[in-house]
Amino acid sequence: MERYVFKTTLFYMAVVLIVIVAVYPFYYAILTSFETGTAIFNPNVLPEAFSLANYQAVLSKGAFIRSVGNSLLIAGVTVAFALLMAVTASYALARVRFRGRGLLLMTILAVSMFPQIAVLSGLYELVNLFGLYNSPFALILSYTIFTLPFTVWVLTTFMRDLPVEIEEAAIVDGATPWVIITRVFLPLLWPAMVTTGLLAFIGAWNEFLFALTFTISETQRTVPVAIALLSGASQQEIPWGTIMAASVLVTVPLIVLVLIFQRKIVAGLTAGGVKG
Amino acid sequence: MARIELKNVRKSYGAVEVIKGIDLDIRKGEFMVFVGPSGCGKSTLLRLISGLEEITDGDLLFDNERVNNVVPSKRGIAMVFQSYALYPHMKVYDNMAFGMQLSKSNPKEIEARVRKAAEMLQIDHLLDRLPKQLSGGQRQRVAIGRAIVRDPRVFLFDEPLSNLDAALRVDTRLEIARLNHDMEDVTMIYVTHDQVEAMTLADRICVLRDGKVEQVGTPAELYESPNSVFVAGFIGSPKMNFLKGSFAAAFDCTTLGIRPEHISVVDEARGIWRGKVIHGENLGSDYFLFVEIGAEAPLVVRRDGKEGLPVGAEIALAPEIPNLHRFGPDDRPV
Repeated sequence: MERYVFKTTLFYMAVVLIVIVAVYPFYYAILTSFETGTAIFNPNVLPEAFSLANYQAVLSKGAFIRSVGNSLLIAGVTVAFALLMAVTASYALARVRFRGRGLLLMTILAVSMFPQIAVLSGLYELVNLFGLYNSPFALILSYTIFTLPFTVWVLTTFMRDLPVEIEEAAIVDGATPWVIITRVFLPLLWPAMVTTGLLAFIGAWNEFLFALTFTISETQRTVPVAIALLSGASQQEIPWGTIMAASVLVTVPLIVLVLIFQRKIVAGLTAGGVKG
Repeated sequence: MARIELKNVRKSYGAVEVIKGIDLDIRKGEFMVFVGPSGCGKSTLLRLISGLEEITDGDLLFDNERVNNVVPSKRGIAMVFQSYALYPHMKVYDNMAFGMQLSKSNPKEIEARVRKAAEMLQIDHLLDRLPKQLSGGQRQRVAIGRAIVRDPRVFLFDEPLSNLDAALRVDTRLEIARLNHDMEDVTMIYVTHDQVEAMTLADRICVLRDGKVEQVGTPAELYESPNSVFVAGFIGSPKMNFLKGSFAAAFDCTTLGIRPEHISVVDEARGIWRGKVIHGENLGSDYFLFVEIGAEAPLVVRRDGKEGLPVGAEIALAPEIPNLHRFGPDDRPV
């Protein structure tokens, strides 16, 4: 019994420690976002001041609101594009036998191994060639390229695990591949789609390097760039308060999204279709 | 409703040939069972008929029309899978209606057909449920119902009872037999590795071995006059006894087959084989004696349930001569 208590205590202490280490930076950001003036530069653990001035400052900037809109548009379209292509691609990769399938899968995976900086200049040329520079499509294109390998891989794995007989039953019922994908597989793939879609959204939402490189005007900026380029009253001042307030503001939508969709991520959706 | 002909049908996967030239004529409205050990190609053959697998060589004809290149949904077939293969996210009703919905049938007719099929199978109270809320037997009925709704020319069953427990298997077997009587015109092809299912359901059985047809015939024909040692051993439970060497030589053959029910315990003077009882199995109505007579395997002898003999008893046995199966060195009957 004593041993049990000791072990449990140790376990929870470890949990608390890990949570503190993981959450502290975010906690500190939230604290800072409510402070103004010199209070920001006084390290404190407990809240000392409470002021919404930073939030007012951020929200009163039209450019920032515009950036949030840009980010929403770009991340949303990226997710839609990526899922559409990934679902169809993964059906082929998981279910259609063709020569070079393994090689193709490996190539797709290899694409995701290049660091962003390695493809930056190439991608820049591409964006210019298509005349997409300083437009949302430049970012949608590059984010989709970087999201697809992961999305395709995850969905291919899921698709492979779906029972073949269900597909064959649909074929006998007269379903075309498109009907199989949309009416039979898609409802079963929801959990995987939500998960990968969410990750793609977060990736696009937080991306910085491409967003900085492919946009120039303030109206085309996405949130991470807008936050980094927030300027203070003078050249020498870094407006930590507003930066933190802006960061908190753009993190909230993500948290809300995760909270909404975590209920949809239901395991065992395929239960009952085949034996077991 | 369809007559199905297979003419020298072959199937290879790369260099491996799994179906090695099959000629078969399945009559209109017949219940044909493909039976054989695992790996004999019976499921593959069914999938070739269904169109889920492409035929490598040969012709497949439905009512004299070549259907090698016709897609499954246009062949007028319906298939019941071993694992049910219901659409997990659709209610029972939608599972059954899906095929007709895809072919854009009139909603009223869909509803009527689904209800009729559901009533036939006594699943009309389950139409609003999801597959996961059903038991195994109910799921298989839904799968059969889905096949009925398609109103097929040919019904294909791929080991539909393998996932059910023993009691349910017997019930569902009966259900399928009844279905066969109710739908007289519909040709049914049924794959199983269970020879009891084959014997009880079939109009004719096709025994497959290693990608080839071993024998085709009514259950009685296969039971009474198997044309190879393989068929003789495969049909019937418990298995036919096979005797070789001097036991067989005494009857001018290489392998002598005799079913357990065709051997009787006789008095010493009339006995042809003598041996000791080493084991007995009482099944209530039947009593199976395992008798060691000096052959490779003990001889199994069927007696009535009340006629058991104690282990260790020395007895004499005699076969019914007309029911002996004599096979030559090529495993064919002499």
